Amino acid sequence: MLVIDNLKVAINGKNILKGISLKIRPGEIHAIMGPNGSGKSTLAAVLAGRELGVVTGGTVTYYGKNLLEMAAEDRAKEGIFLGFQYPIEIPGVSMVNFMKTAVNEHRKHKGLDPLSASDFLKLMREKKELVEIDSKLANRSVNEGFSGGEKKKNEIFQMAMLEPKLAILDETDSGLDIDALRIVANGVNKIKRADNSFIVITHYQRLLDYIVPDVVHVLYDGRIVKTAGKELALELEEKGYDWIKKEVENNILV
Amino acid sequence: MEKEQDSILDEVTSGEYKYGFHSDIETEKIQKGLNEDVVRIISAKKNEPEWLLEFRLKAYRHWLTMKMPVWPNLRIPEINYQEIIFYAAPKQRPALNSIDDIDPELKRTFDKLGIPLIEQAHLAGVAVDAVMDSVSVKTTFKETLAEMGIIFCSFSDAVKEYPELVRRYMGTVVPYTDNFFATLNSAVFSDGSFCYIPKGVRCPMELSTYFRINAANTGQFERTLLIADEEAYVSYLEGCTAPQRDENQLHAAIVEIIAEKNAEVKYSTVQNWYPGNKEGKGGIFNFVTKRGICRGESSKISWTQIETGSAITWKYPSCILRGDNSIGEFYSVAVTNNHQQADTGTKMIHIGKNTKSTIVSKGISAGRGQNSYRGLVKVLKNATNARNYSQCDSLLLGDKCGAHTFPYLEVDNQSAIVEHEATTSRIGEDQIFYCNQRGISTEDAIGLIVNGYAREVINKLPMEFAVEAQKLLQISLEGSVG
Ligand SMILES: Nc1ncnc2c1ncn2[C@@H]1O[C@H](COP(=O)(O)OP(=O)(O)O)[C@@H](O)[C@H]1O
Ligand SMILES: [Mg+2]
Repeated sequence: MLVIDNLKVAINGKNILKGISLKIRPGEIHAIMGPNGSGKSTLAAVLAGRELGVVTGGTVTYYGKNLLEMAAEDRAKEGIFLGFQYPIEIPGVSMVNFMKTAVNEHRKHKGLDPLSASDFLKLMREKKELVEIDSKLANRSVNEGFSGGEKKKNEIFQMAMLEPKLAILDETDSGLDIDALRIVANGVNKIKRADNSFIVITHYQRLLDYIVPDVVHVLYDGRIVKTAGKELALELEEKGYDWIKKEVENNILV
Repeated sequence: MEKEQDSILDEVTSGEYKYGFHSDIETEKIQKGLNEDVVRIISAKKNEPEWLLEFRLKAYRHWLTMKMPVWPNLRIPEINYQEIIFYAAPKQRPALNSIDDIDPELKRTFDKLGIPLIEQAHLAGVAVDAVMDSVSVKTTFKETLAEMGIIFCSFSDAVKEYPELVRRYMGTVVPYTDNFFATLNSAVFSDGSFCYIPKGVRCPMELSTYFRINAANTGQFERTLLIADEEAYVSYLEGCTAPQRDENQLHAAIVEIIAEKNAEVKYSTVQNWYPGNKEGKGGIFNFVTKRGICRGESSKISWTQIETGSAITWKYPSCILRGDNSIGEFYSVAVTNNHQQADTGTKMIHIGKNTKSTIVSKGISAGRGQNSYRGLVKVLKNATNARNYSQCDSLLLGDKCGAHTFPYLEVDNQSAIVEHEATTSRIGEDQIFYCNQRGISTEDAIGLIVNGYAREVINKLPMEFAVEAQKLLQISLEGSVG
């Protein structure tokens, strides 16, 4: 579904992504790990269509289309969802109104009529239960005054509402206690079907105890320097990133 | 990145004015310029009684001694009063007996504006007085209202049919000496609406006046006088639009409200005069004096305004809280986009005991718009236990616009409790991207955010108009994105 080929991105003249290649098929879960500042959020943002910096090389193909030419909202409606590392507060806009607009934009894109108010509220209730989010959150303004954990759960809730084909979760597990972590992971597992895919960006192996990836990549200094099965995550947890850095410095420059 | 953000905001904030058309209606105008003769001509055209001509002349003579106010935070180009036509009227001004008597072009104009002059089923809850240029062209539901003793007619008709009422109340809230533009209006006012709700009557429908400037080079000077007698209730709405023209046009109106004991008046405005083009050329100068007095005890006056139009807006709908336990409210959303300027706010004058006032002002600035809130809360010596709560918020789109707050406080009674809160926020690129990422276009995102921000005020509008106002807010900030 998604083919990233030698993607290079520079921000303010500084090369941040230095040639990333990645292929994701329907139904796969890819984990991306790597030290801070290696470019994980940048990659996620570029895929979602945020206009940061410039693409200086490479291509991204999504279901045969040039993804980089699509507007952010079209990418969303074509099924790409980004769970933000730092979800944004929008004071004055209720979650209900926000989600209703989003869901109906998705429906319009598919040629469906907007949901009636009662059908929408029903959908909202179902999904709230599915991801075990406190139902009071849905009555407040988007992320306004939410705790860190509530914001992250709210991302998962929105993902459940929009049923994306490709969900990119940027450190959704950071800063969560173990209960919240389990809620987030369960949310992902319940939404998982045979044909939708995930890119899970994380620092910690512990999330991958719950969400089992097919592939683990290590992103370091703008490059994917290692790709392996889920056991790589365990190895990283045990040994840290230093051995990877050494490997990279010692020649295996990709 | 900042450049991109600017260009996004530029695009979405450069919406086109949708009411800029001009109708070809035969118009009777007098020669341009202002002098005593012009005042007399206006009065004569309207067959006014002697006392009203005297009122006008006193005002005119007083005006000659006055200067334009310089305190507003506005850049106002010099206005040449000798270039303005002070009276224009659609020629066919028949005694209207049925809708068929109205000039079809005039009818089409109001239809195009979404204001049916026919008493249509879907607007059954609203009676309309339509004012084009200097005269009222049609008032709907007059008879239905008359059965309850409610008078709702044009100001000119009121002068003819209810001269005692007009004479008793006119100028008692806004005296002819009040300020430069009010004095000018008092000399040359053309038409407007008059409304009287008798004792104990709750007006069963929204009353509304729809103002339209059509003719070129004219000024519009209406007067509205609204009286709610004891225990009466009325909700009143005014809307305004004007054609797109390169030269500025002056609009200087007066609204006076009188609320007697236990009466309640809700006055709502959706102001959408032509704002000028993107470069700041043309547009209406909207210099308006609106004031209400809570004369009787436990009376209440509530102003709600959605101000999206005009090149320059200068208005401060105010409440004089004279009756004990009376209540004044002011809810405002003012948008300035492109080169628009607004200096708007309110005055709450607490005279009676236990009087309460609430001010909620929401400014929205985009483009190079400049938005100032100016509000006075004054508590007089005998106003024991007066309370005021003021909240002034500013929302900025982009970084070339400005928001300013000028709160004034004069408290002469120790028991008063006065609270003031102010916030400034910006629609961030990250908020817009967050919406985009959920499938919401930039235009819709700005609409959502702005309407969320303004909701507290929009909710105060009569239901029939809340949706309109919401759309208008979005349109006035939107353009051709996507
Ligand atoms: N807007 C920006 N301007 C300049 N540098 C940036 C910007 N955003 C990210 N960077 C830089 O890009 C690099 C990668 O950041 P990021 O993608 O956030 O890494 P990660 O998510 O892996 O921690 C860092 O060096 C960071 O400082
Ligand atoms: Mg990151």
